[in-house]
Amino acid sequence: MSHQLPSHQLPEHPDWLWRTPDPKRSYDVIIVGAGGHGLATAYYLARNHGITNVAVLERGWLAGGNMARNTTIIRSNYLCEESAALYEHALKLWEVLPQELDYDFLFSQRGVLNLAHTLQDVREGTRRVNANRLGGVDAEWLDPDQVREFCPIVNTSPDVRYPVLGATLQPRAGIAKHDHVAWALARRADAYGVDLIQGCEVTGFLREGDRVTGVRTNRGPISAGRVALAAAGHSSVLADLVGLRLPIQSHPLQALVSELLEPVHPTVVMSNHVHVYVSQAHKGELVMGAGVDSYNGYGQRGSFHLIEHQMAAALELFPIFARAHVLRTWGGIVDVTPDASPIIGPTPIENLYLNCGWGTGGFKATPSSGWVYAHTIATGEPHPLAEPFALERFTTGALIDEHGAAAVAH
Amino acid sequence: MLLIACPWCGEREELEFHYGGQAHVPYPADPEGLSDGEWAEYLFVRDNPKGPFAERWSHAAGCRRWFNLIRHTVTHEILAVQSNRPVAAGQPKPVLP
Ligand SMILES: Cc1cc2nc3c(=O)[nH]c(=O)nc-3n(C[C@H](O)[C@H](O)[C@H](O)COP(=O)(O)OP(=O)(O)OC[C@H]3O[C@@H](n4cnc5c(N)ncnc54)[C@H](O)[C@@H]3O)c2cc1C
Ligand SMILES: [Zn+2]
Repeated sequence: MSHQLPSHQLPEHPDWLWRTPDPKRSYDVIIVGAGGHGLATAYYLARNHGITNVAVLERGWLAGGNMARNTTIIRSNYLCEESAALYEHALKLWEVLPQELDYDFLFSQRGVLNLAHTLQDVREGTRRVNANRLGGVDAEWLDPDQVREFCPIVNTSPDVRYPVLGATLQPRAGIAKHDHVAWALARRADAYGVDLIQGCEVTGFLREGDRVTGVRTNRGPISAGRVALAAAGHSSVLADLVGLRLPIQSHPLQALVSELLEPVHPTVVMSNHVHVYVSQAHKGELVMGAGVDSYNGYGQRGSFHLIEHQMAAALELFPIFARAHVLRTWGGIVDVTPDASPIIGPTPIENLYLNCGWGTGGFKATPSSGWVYAHTIATGEPHPLAEPFALERFTTGALIDEHGAAAVAH
Repeated sequence: MLLIACPWCGEREELEFHYGGQAHVPYPADPEGLSDGEWAEYLFVRDNPKGPFAERWSHAAGCRRWFNLIRHTVTHEILAVQSNRPVAAGQPKPVLP
């Protein structure tokens, strides 16, 4: 596992990594959206199922959506069995992918601390640690002294407004360099013959009765055996075009980075209660995020008062950041479901597949999202890990409520 | 930060308000008669347009009253605000565009 690589050792420039073909008239599978999930799906369709007559259509530039905007935290310490299994499958794939894709995307298993500041946080945290251990996910409970030992810059003084009462630790969790993940997947998908087509917006669907037979785009109609949506924040805009209503609300979620600092922050620290999360990127920026804006929105920016709130929390937790300057803030559009869990699987419309609702936390799932989605598209049957995440759960009531473990308020 | 005109208190910062999601979602007229699918639709599915959206806000840190407004979900421009003031007898109810 690489750690703290100097920047001259970073992988080559992405322009050389894939072709830019014109769209063909027809494909076996069209994937809408070249974010991490769309690219991982294309890669595993080829690698696991031998399906290579595939196009990934992207209205902007490759991986320029939430994939470019996320804060790169990877962990699998979710509460429910279904989610822990899905995210742990991803974490196991993260552990082998750099080698398999022959591309170093700086996956760094530096651990993730989820801090507890109230008695209820302590109960939730210890319960999740126990659930994780029973499910084969690495998890530990740390008391405040152990928190200080693991991450010496956290303020564990009892004299602050919300003292640190303990934390969960997942040692195998960490961060990865998001654009390099996308480029690595894109390069391999391209090598299998998948067409990655940028600047190609899906504007409608071709239909025969209850069946989808392709898509309309700004570059003309393209027919397809199967159409698979992986459009994150825009899933309901696309679904509207085909008359499908989704239990999804789109919200702005923002993040920010500081100027470069020398390495001081050895792990990822998240706090649900005071609401900030911080890690230090390989180059040295502090990467910080907080909750979503309360209202629906598609403008890719967030409210300033959320930044103020998160900075106040960060300063109380990390007094040594008091003089760090903010370099840049940005926003993405996340697709939030009522139970804070994704939706993966077939739709009531034949040949149309859905992968959405990852909300604020889908980056960590990128490999398993692609793995289970590719299986579902290739076989027409949901992958066992994806089955509980079907759209029907909102009708049956078998919700997978992960609001507590999702770690970003929405 | 949005500047929202509460129909009773005037323009205030977004911080004083609580968001209530889509407006005009009536409780089912015949709840007993609803299928599971229709219940799911009522409970979980709301519009999520990229454009004008009729939504509810409460002036939580002010007069605490609820009202509706129409906001553009890309530009955040507030296109109309509608109070829930009781309508005088004989007057038609205001209609949101
Ligand atoms: C600020 C922020 C911080 C985050 N932090 C984390 C984190 O630390 N850890 C974590 O696990 N997750 C995090 N996430 C969530 C994560 O980024 C998303 O869940 C994940 O990226 C979603 O999958 P994706 O990569 O495929 O989406 P995207 O990268 O958004 O891909 C969807 C693509 O579809 C394209 N598209 C949309 N409509 C059309 C159309 N009509 N035609 C063609 N293409 C279309 C878009 O342009 C976009 O490129 C964060 C998100 C944000 C915004
Ligand atoms: Zn008011």
